[in-house]
Amino acid sequence: MSKVTLAEAPPGVAGAGFFATTLDKAIGLARANSLWPLPFATSCCGIEFMATMGATYDLARFGAERPSFSPRQADMLLVMGTIAKKMAPVLKQVYTQMAEPRWVIAVGACASSGGIFDTYSVLQGIDEIIPVDVYVPGCPPRPEAILDGVLKLQEIVKNESLNRRNTPEYKALLEKYGIETNNG
Amino acid sequence: MSKPITKITPNKPLLDDNDPQEELITLNIGPTHPATHGVFQNVVQIDGERIVSGVSTIGYIHRAFEKIAERRPFYQITPLTDRLNYCSAPINNMGWHMTVEKLLDIEIPKRVQYMRVIVMELARIADHIICNGILGVDTGAFSGFLYVMQEREFIYEIFEEICGARLTTNIGRIGGFERDFNEVAFRKIEHFLERFPPVLKEFEELFVRNRIFIERTSGVAAVTAEQALDYSWSGPILRATGVDYDVRAVAPYSSYEEFDFEIPVGTQGDVYDRFMVRNAEMWQSLSIIRQALEKIKKEPKGVFHADVPEFYLPPKEQVYNNMEALIYHFKIVMGEWETPKSEVYHSVEGANGELGFYLIHDGGRTPYRLHFRRPSFINYQMFAPMSAGMLISDAIINMSSLNIIAGELDA
Amino acid sequence: MDKLTNQYIIERLNGKFGEDVEILGEPHGLLTISTSKTRIIELLDYLKNDENLRFNYLTDITGVHYPEQEKSFAVVYHLHNLFQNFRIRIKVFLEKENPSIPTATTLWKGANWMERETYDFFGIVFDGHPDLRRILNMEDLDVFPMRKEYPLEDPNRVDKKDFYFGR
Repeated sequence: MSKVTLAEAPPGVAGAGFFATTLDKAIGLARANSLWPLPFATSCCGIEFMATMGATYDLARFGAERPSFSPRQADMLLVMGTIAKKMAPVLKQVYTQMAEPRWVIAVGACASSGGIFDTYSVLQGIDEIIPVDVYVPGCPPRPEAILDGVLKLQEIVKNESLNRRNTPEYKALLEKYGIETNNG
Repeated sequence: MSKPITKITPNKPLLDDNDPQEELITLNIGPTHPATHGVFQNVVQIDGERIVSGVSTIGYIHRAFEKIAERRPFYQITPLTDRLNYCSAPINNMGWHMTVEKLLDIEIPKRVQYMRVIVMELARIADHIICNGILGVDTGAFSGFLYVMQEREFIYEIFEEICGARLTTNIGRIGGFERDFNEVAFRKIEHFLERFPPVLKEFEELFVRNRIFIERTSGVAAVTAEQALDYSWSGPILRATGVDYDVRAVAPYSSYEEFDFEIPVGTQGDVYDRFMVRNAEMWQSLSIIRQALEKIKKEPKGVFHADVPEFYLPPKEQVYNNMEALIYHFKIVMGEWETPKSEVYHSVEGANGELGFYLIHDGGRTPYRLHFRRPSFINYQMFAPMSAGMLISDAIINMSSLNIIAGELDA
Repeated sequence: MDKLTNQYIIERLNGKFGEDVEILGEPHGLLTISTSKTRIIELLDYLKNDENLRFNYLTDITGVHYPEQEKSFAVVYHLHNLFQNFRIRIKVFLEKENPSIPTATTLWKGANWMERETYDFFGIVFDGHPDLRRILNMEDLDVFPMRKEYPLEDPNRVDKKDFYFGR
């Protein structure tokens, strides 16, 4: 008996030899279980991310086996650590280089809000420059917390409508950040 | 005997004259690049695979530590020091506590000093694990990294038992520790001392005589002792050049003079030597921890801080139930304490080199000026000049062997 | 060579520099001296290369701002004699307007970034420095943030409402 547990099938109609569900749900299921992370690690939280990728916690269990250092092939931007104002344009560029659909997790207090560094040189949360889907608290968060953040994101991904990226609300959101939408 | 390689005659060039490769190409490595493990930007001019010149840009996570420190009372600066070199935060914590204790002339009981030695040496091992493991990854040996990272979790377990945090530990207070090591902590330390040596041995065997590793690292980025001193290097990378400068030995703090340990030095100053020095230091650290555990047994039990109520923050339950403790708590937190106007420089041997704290105090609640002598910052400035003439791949492993921690680099 | 002592160094420096070197004290045993910016390089050179002093290792260079003093900037050098494990601290006080001091990169290459950092934070110009640019802060920052008059927090923040903080 294999120990591998399969992802649960979305709700649908099953019969002899067929299974019917909505396209949204099927694609959401596939996307959620193969989120390729782009670790944008700048400081302390990056070391905890190393532990998360290590054998004890093993993020790969959740379909994030391959850290994608190229933004083009990544789905999930994990921003870990302080983002200084000098770094902000770089982060924004990395985000715009990612292909849709793309999700962002702000890992740790610094990425979420600037953390203890309320100073002239630190960006007070990455949501000032890019939209964020999940915030993970902690300074640094424990690997369990990072895993929890990824699982929360998986829920978002599973339930996201396929049309969301084409809606005017989404375009307005990106425009608010001054980012051009790259899917028409 | 193998055949001699046929020479390519110059009158028949493989490339035509106006080949674009004859021009230098400017390549931008970083600030986010998987090979640099951190936010460093290096703009290099390359001729093929070879670097002709390079310029480093740093400051991508500059967080203004020194400015923050001027606004924080002493006990609130400890969390800042955590985030300098976050791979070995306890060394920074202890260094800061010792700086303040030097300023305030606080005598620390022997048992506390040995406890400090234990956490500092554990942190040193944790840091060297990261550096040597990553160096292995960069030379193509991933499994060694996974072996030792697994052990690193046990060090985290110990820190968690001692202070509750894994990475940014905030261990200790001015005057000692906030609580005693409990039985479980001692057991965990002993468990680690039993568990780690065979893994380290295995890790060592994967690399030390490994031909691929030797050819990738031996002779790469060799630095002479004169160059290293000219650039004010310190720590394992300086010792790899053959200079036996270790703050633990030359200016012992926290009773290091009572311990029997060796300072490993290299001969070539290349990446291989740096690896070996760090590796040997891990063995030395293990031996120091063993000695410290022995010494602690001889000291009176239950002592975990100096008897200086005017500087040592009282435990919270006493603050709520005891008038005297409440007064001291108030005085320390509000900065209404009697402190000397003075300046002090104290340095400890951080995992990357001499970690110095230069504190100017004017008697107020916060430091007048606090400057961190950050080894990563000072060690890194040689990187661009020494990269000239190197292959890109060599420059990358050179960077990992310098073990530059972005938090410490940019402060 | 006998063991170096603070007293011996003071005698040597008095013999060579006379009035130009002032002894500021020995806080926690570390001899602290002060000199003028015209003689600092000569002093560092002497300390580094004299065969009995041999302060061959530059530990650190940093700056301090004293807005109340007339000479309101200080550049602080920490030197270390690795042969005998002996440290010394040298301070140079600089004027309020356009502080400048000759560079020590001629003596130690490692002084390069330390001086750039000091320039970045305090605006102290190191004359003759090969590459005096900002190092940690952004190039387009127009203040020197470690000077006491500048605030720690970003003054452009709009999300920080005073009433949340009881102000």
